[in-house]
This record gives sequence, C-alpha cells and structure tokens, in this order.
Amino acid sequence: MGLDIRVPIGALFSLLGVLLAAYGLAGGHALANRSLGINIDLWWGLVLAVFGAAMLLLAWRARGRH
Amino acid sequence: MHPKAIDWIIMGAYFAFVLGIGAALKRSMRTSTDFFLSGRSMPAWIAGLAFISANLGAQEVIGMAASGAKYGMATSQFYWVGAIPAMVFLGVFMMPFYYGSRARSVPEYLKLRFDEKTRGLNAITFAVMTVFSSGISLYALALLLRLLLGWDFNTSVALSALIVLVYIFLGGLTSAIYNEVLQFFLIVFGFAPLVLIGLKDVGGWQGLVAGLHTVAQTRGYAPNAWLSTWGVMGSPRDNPMGIDWFSMAMGLGFVLSFGYWCTDFLVVQRALAADSMDSARRTPLIAAVPKMLFPFLVILPGMIAIAATVHGGASGLTLPRKADGQLNYNMVVPLMLGHYFPNGLLGLGLTALMASFMTGMAGNVTAFNTVSTYDIYQAYIRRDASDAHYLTVGRLATVVGIALSVAAAYVTNRFSNIMDLLQLLFAFVNAPLFATFLLGMFWKRASGHGAFAGLLAGTAAAAVHHGLTLPVGRTPGIKGGWIAVMHLYPSQMAQNFWTAIYAFTVCLLVTIAVSLATRPRPEQELVGLVYSLTPREHTSERRWYRRPALLGACVLAAAVVLNVMFW
Repeated sequence: MGLDIRVPIGALFSLLGVLLAAYGLAGGHALANRSLGINIDLWWGLVLAVFGAAMLLLAWRARGRH
Repeated sequence: MHPKAIDWIIMGAYFAFVLGIGAALKRSMRTSTDFFLSGRSMPAWIAGLAFISANLGAQEVIGMAASGAKYGMATSQFYWVGAIPAMVFLGVFMMPFYYGSRARSVPEYLKLRFDEKTRGLNAITFAVMTVFSSGISLYALALLLRLLLGWDFNTSVALSALIVLVYIFLGGLTSAIYNEVLQFFLIVFGFAPLVLIGLKDVGGWQGLVAGLHTVAQTRGYAPNAWLSTWGVMGSPRDNPMGIDWFSMAMGLGFVLSFGYWCTDFLVVQRALAADSMDSARRTPLIAAVPKMLFPFLVILPGMIAIAATVHGGASGLTLPRKADGQLNYNMVVPLMLGHYFPNGLLGLGLTALMASFMTGMAGNVTAFNTVSTYDIYQAYIRRDASDAHYLTVGRLATVVGIALSVAAAYVTNRFSNIMDLLQLLFAFVNAPLFATFLLGMFWKRASGHGAFAGLLAGTAAAAVHHGLTLPVGRTPGIKGGWIAVMHLYPSQMAQNFWTAIYAFTVCLLVTIAVSLATRPRPEQELVGLVYSLTPREHTSERRWYRRPALLGACVLAAAVVLNVMFW
C-alpha cells in the first residue's frame, strides 16, 4: 500500500519517548509528586522509545526482504 | 488540569503524523477499491488491530471506565461474553461468505443473498445511523475538550472535523485503518500507566480487592459483588447491574453481540480490506486477543477510582459528585488523568483520548462513504459509471458525511433528547439483524420477501416490547412504557437485553414463516452465499496459529479461562 505502517508508528513513538524521557530527566522530583514518587515521565518515555525502535527495526528488516 | 508546552508538543506531533499519513497515502488511491477497501491489501495483523480499534471510540473508553466504577468486574462481560464468541463466529463461519462473495459492503451481501429491497432498507438505515454516531463522537469530544482544556465548542468541532476530513479525503479507508492502528497503541501506552499508578495508589491488587469489598458492602451487596461476574448473577438483586445470568447470556452474549460484531459494516469493512481470505478470517480472531485483555486497561481504572473514593487511597483520589449528589462516574478517566499524570504523560493521555474520538468518527465516516457510494448512489442513482466517477463520488460522500456529522453534533448540543430518541430507534432497527444474517447464511430456503418481512416485524417487536415495559423507578416515556406498562424490569440493561431477545425471536420466526410461503431463489444463484451450497474453505496455512479454526478455538478457550478466573 505504498507505506509500511510500522514506519510512522515507530517514528512517532520514538519521538514521543525521547521527548518524555528528556522532560522527565530535566524535571526530576518536582514532577514525580503527582505520580506517587515515581518519575513516570522518564521511565514511560524509555518504554515508548524502546517500542518505537522495535517497530522501526521490524519495518527495516521487512524492507530488506523485498 | 494544566497542560504545559510539553503536552502541546506531544499532541501536535500526533496530529502532524496523522495528516502526514494521509498525505503519504494520497498517491496510492487510484481506484474506488483502493479508497473504499484499501485495495484489499491489508495484512491480517493491521486489519485486526483496526477492527478492534474502530470499535474502541472514546465513548467506549470513558463509558467502560464509568461502568467499571458502577458495576465492577461484571462490566468485563461486555468483552468476554459480549464480544469474543461473536468475533470468533464471524472469523470462522461468516467471513467466507462476506469475503468470498466479493461483496463490497454488508448491504451488498444482502442484495446478493436476498434482494434489492432488503439491501435498501439496511443501507439507508445504516447510512443515517453512522452519520449520527459520528456526530455524537464529535459532540462528546467537544464537551471533553471544553471540560479539560477550556476550548470553545465551535473550535473543537471545527478542528476535529477538519482533521478527520483531510486524512480520509486523501487516504480513504487505508488512512482510517492506519490511524486506527496508531490509536490502538496510543490507548495501550496512554492508559497502562494509569492502571499501574492507580493500582499502586490503592495498595496493589490486594488493596483493590479490600477496597471493592467495602464498596459492595456499603451498598448492601455480598462482598464479592464488584469482583465477580457470573457468580453474582443468580438473581438480579445480587449485582449492581440488575441482571440475571440468562438475560446476560442470551441478550448480550448472543443477540446483541452477534448482531453488532457479525453484521455491522463499520467493523466488517476492516476485515474486507484484508489481503486474502485467510487474512480476512484471521482479522476478527487476531482482534479478539487484545480485546480479551482490554478490561484490564479500560475497566480496571473505574474499579480503582471507586475503591479509592469509598475505601480511600494513598493520594486521596475522589470521584466528584453531580448536582443531584450522585457520583459522576463519567469523570473517572478525566479525573485520573489529571490526578496521576504529570505534564508530559498528561499530553500522551490526552492525545490517546482525542485519537480515540477521532478514529471513532473516522470509522463511521469511512463506512458511510462506502455504503452511500456503492449501495445508494450506484444502486439507485447512477448504475454504470466509470470507476473514476465512483472514486470522486466517494470523496464527495466523505465531505457530505462530515458536514452531516457536524450538523448532528450541533443538533445533539441543542436537543439532547432528540439524540436519545434516535439512538432508541436505531436499537430497534439493529436488534433483529442477526436473525436475518443467520438464516441467510445457513438456510438456503430463506427468501428475500422473508428477510424483508422479518426485519420489519423484528423492529416492530422491539418497539412494542419497549413500549410495554419499564425499568423499575422510571417514569413512562423515552425509557419505555409509552404504550402501557405491562412489565417492570429490575434495570434498564435488563430491559435492553430482553428487547433484543424479542426482536431476534420475532424476526427469526417471521422470516421462516414468510420464506416457507414464498419462492426461494434457485440454488445455483446462492453458491458462495449460503453454507450448504458453498465448498468448505480450506486454509493453505500449515502453521497452527495461522489456521482460522484452530486459532478461533484457542481464543474461545482463553475467554473461558478468563470467565472462570473471574467467576
């Protein structure tokens, strides 16, 4: 269909992940008050970034096959 | 709730991607099949995620969380009983006829199997219904944006309608499906932290159980009423839903769920876009796997919120009350987003909510443009035009569909009781549908006159049943009893389930009776449309997890395990 959906999904989640993690890292404890002392922005940002990278990897491997 | 720059950047990035996907797909939209059915080229996993996502609009997300607070674990019956069996049935038994007949829509299947008038009835009611559903999505989104971000109603409606318009106009169904897949992951990643932090707040699973015992006991139920499903359905008095096991199993588990998942073109269209018969059959089966786990994502937040409100949590989360003093259950999701999410994650959560509103709307618009082009325009206005002509008509139908949705959103805003009335009428029209499809696919004797008469009689039966019954504690009117009150139901849900059961039964009996009295279609015309006249579909797949029947059996077994675990 011209566009592998894994590319935009991977790119968007990598971007959001890096943004969140960086914001969490910079904001530190001030942010964590709300989420019961966990710096959720940092950790969840890393989760998103890993997921995004995995999607991009899958898309890249599929492209190699064609 | 105070969004900061980081939250706006996250929302902005999502919208840029949505529009970018539409623009990137523009070049692949060459024929009407590309536009309406994604050129029948979707791999099963994409079609499957879109299948479930198209149904997971934001009203669903907010409504399920609200029901989780109101009724507890029993809400998951809408997934484990009210969705999974029907999705398996669609994939294993019905998809061979939908996909194999090359019908381009559900109404078109009715035309091939029965006759023109049955198709017309279904196409027109469906088109009107999708426009109103899309309008309700738009209205609900605007209300939420006003509440959360203080946006003006007009601005919200205009902005969201414009974005949906652009991406469907450019990329057709493919755009809608790709955005549904994107939304699926946004909902998962946007809501999972809500559940994780919420659980920590109420003291983990143990704490949640203790909290829900308190909730049940303070309301006069057995301690496990918020944690059980079938176990508390011996009598309507034992559970907050006011439902007994029989109406749950028959009304929701059979009539309503099969009627929705197996006949609603909004979801079936996603499977028709699949790249092969095997993929089309696997679409609802793949969708069933995340569907089964969604209660933990969308219902659990409600259960956490009510436990925290009644029993108390570490951070003091409390549901707000409405003007009449009742807890405002619809606030579960907005409240928890604002309470637990710091800036940054808040942006992600809001984006997930907005994405589900917009895909809810886009799903309706893509179904509307297909049915109005193929089943209304091509069937009744211009039969033999070029494919390019129908592609243009499809794009125009998209614009018209969105314009009508905007109008419907304003009507809802001005006269909310008109919308209640319409939704009631749609429920009457939908209730008998599954009987028609069941007989059409599995009884070769069923005739066009029979199907048409059955549908009308079933709809009438639904209306009459509603007019003669009333949920306890309601006044006659929109809630029922507008003819005379002959029977009282313990809850509105029980009344809805029984309305569906009556409509289904009447449609089934009338279709059989009229079919026996009229001439059936010759058997050679029904090959590929009826079970007994169609060669069995043999899958060429060797890998077990790709074989529809086996995959379906595994999905059902998993659903049974969940039912037993949370008995």
